[in-house]
Amino acid sequence: MRRLLWPAVVLALVIAYPLLFSTPFQQRLGALVLLYAIAASAWNIVGGYAGQVSVGHVVFFGCGAYAAMGAYAHFGLSPLVGIPVGIIISVAISAVVGVPTLRLSGHYFSMATIAVAELVRLIVTNTEYLGAAVGLSGPTVPRNVFDLSFISALPYYYLFLTILAITLGLTWWMANSRMGFYLRAIRDSERAARSLGAPASRTKLYAFMLSAGLTSVAGALYAMMFGFVDPESGLGILISVKMLIMAALGGAGLLFGPLVGAAILVPLEEISNNLLGGKGAGLTFVLYGAIIVLISRFQPGGILTLIKRLWSRRREGSPPKMAPGASHAP
Amino acid sequence: MSTIIVQVIVGGLLLGAIYALFSSGLTLVWGMMNIVNFAHGDFVMLGMYVAFVVWTLFGAGPLLGAPLAAVVLATLGVVVYFGLIREIMKGPMLAQILGTFGLALLLRYSAFWWFGANFLTLPENIVGGTFDVLGLRIQASRLLAGGVALLVTLGLHLLLTRTSLGSKMLAVAEDSTAAQLMGIRPDSMQAIAWAIAAGATGLAGALIATFFYIVPTVGETLAIVAFVTVSLGGFGSVPGALMAGLLIGVIESLSAYLIGAVYKDIVVYSLFLGFLWFRPQGLMGKT
Repeated sequence: MRRLLWPAVVLALVIAYPLLFSTPFQQRLGALVLLYAIAASAWNIVGGYAGQVSVGHVVFFGCGAYAAMGAYAHFGLSPLVGIPVGIIISVAISAVVGVPTLRLSGHYFSMATIAVAELVRLIVTNTEYLGAAVGLSGPTVPRNVFDLSFISALPYYYLFLTILAITLGLTWWMANSRMGFYLRAIRDSERAARSLGAPASRTKLYAFMLSAGLTSVAGALYAMMFGFVDPESGLGILISVKMLIMAALGGAGLLFGPLVGAAILVPLEEISNNLLGGKGAGLTFVLYGAIIVLISRFQPGGILTLIKRLWSRRREGSPPKMAPGASHAP
Repeated sequence: MSTIIVQVIVGGLLLGAIYALFSSGLTLVWGMMNIVNFAHGDFVMLGMYVAFVVWTLFGAGPLLGAPLAAVVLATLGVVVYFGLIREIMKGPMLAQILGTFGLALLLRYSAFWWFGANFLTLPENIVGGTFDVLGLRIQASRLLAGGVALLVTLGLHLLLTRTSLGSKMLAVAEDSTAAQLMGIRPDSMQAIAWAIAAGATGLAGALIATFFYIVPTVGETLAIVAFVTVSLGGFGSVPGALMAGLLIGVIESLSAYLIGAVYKDIVVYSLFLGFLWFRPQGLMGKT
């Protein structure tokens, strides 16, 4: 029972947050944290659990965002209709990139993802149908509730919370299924896993496809909340960076790592943008770069791994007292 | 018509020689340590800004800018090796990719913050004008840049294959433990490799700056060009990078001329993905 106490308190706080902190700014901040947590959790499936570092994940985010806005702009449909379309396109792209590269070493995968993201950005920027450099807009005035266009951030908060719960649920289920065991084995030693019969390439591909589909949902939600998408906001490399750094800071390969990362970095970015204005944008990303370098250099497991280690050290109690002079292991 | 095509091809070869030079840096480090430097394009970008700063401060052209860029970047390479690369090589794959990727962001947005997002250019006549050869009009800046790049790339190849330093570096690449037993220090060899790779990349940046726009995000595009070149030429092979660099320069120039400038990157990136599908070991690599 006591084990469930703290998680229950945290969950209650998360649910009550927009009621406790009810200014528009605070509610919007909460919604943004959850939105980025969805995207970063989706990245975590392939980047953390499968250990394949995608640096072009924004391409899936963009597919979702463009599909949602396209459904409205071209067919007058609810942006919701775009979600399944975005998922299908994203999963297809992930297969095209994943099939050849996931057989090779991880570097190829990273290079291919960055190239495909740039390729898609260039193509979209030069395609009139997709709004070229201007982008696509959603409904300015909501026609009905299915347009998911609200003035208050409150409905978005609970919508995003639901989707985040589903994403984390899927991740948890995957991690504890046969696939999760394969992934862990592959991440520790791909050669050993293969020799024991784990279908390494296929398992990594499934993880990539699942991750791509979920990322596209995050993109669609983003476009609905902001009501438009353009090549910069939907396909810019910095969105890939945000997913990656949030997951890595919190703890890549841990269920709640991306959420912790988002809860730290999103407010930080909002504050730095508010304090520094336009000039802050560049500086924020200098800081991001520095954080990524420091994590990879000193704490590749992220904050949660660090906390876990400190926690378990404390639970074990103070180290056994040794007789003076016997501090060296034999 | 045909003269124009020939001119486009020659222009592509001269550009391709620079691609070959900075890709040699990437392939050297990759072949030796099996690590991909995702900040490689941003090393080129820094080389370009060094050339720009040299021009604004001293009014000097690439004669001073290029060697200085090579020295500055070689120093940075050594610092990066000891400060970051040596440590993350012991870590998991995630740390290796994140480390250099974070470095890329750090360099790119530091440049953004310091120099702003404007497109900068060196004056067009910084290397005297244009001249005609066999009915082709060639810009002196491109000829100088391409020629120097070609020579330096060949020099790198000779350094790796014909000198004792090169042999030591190849020994470390082959088996660093065995090399250590032969009295070679893998640590210093790898640091030297980073110095050479980053220095060559900085030089390439200063050369390309004489006719290319300078902007903090230029490294992103150039990094992908380097990835394409290296994967086409085979990993760790300087002659492969040379051939592939020249080929990509020509393909890029031809596609810019034939289907439009905005599509040249699309062609190159598609080529890269196509190669990963059908021939990931590169043109000259073994199975």
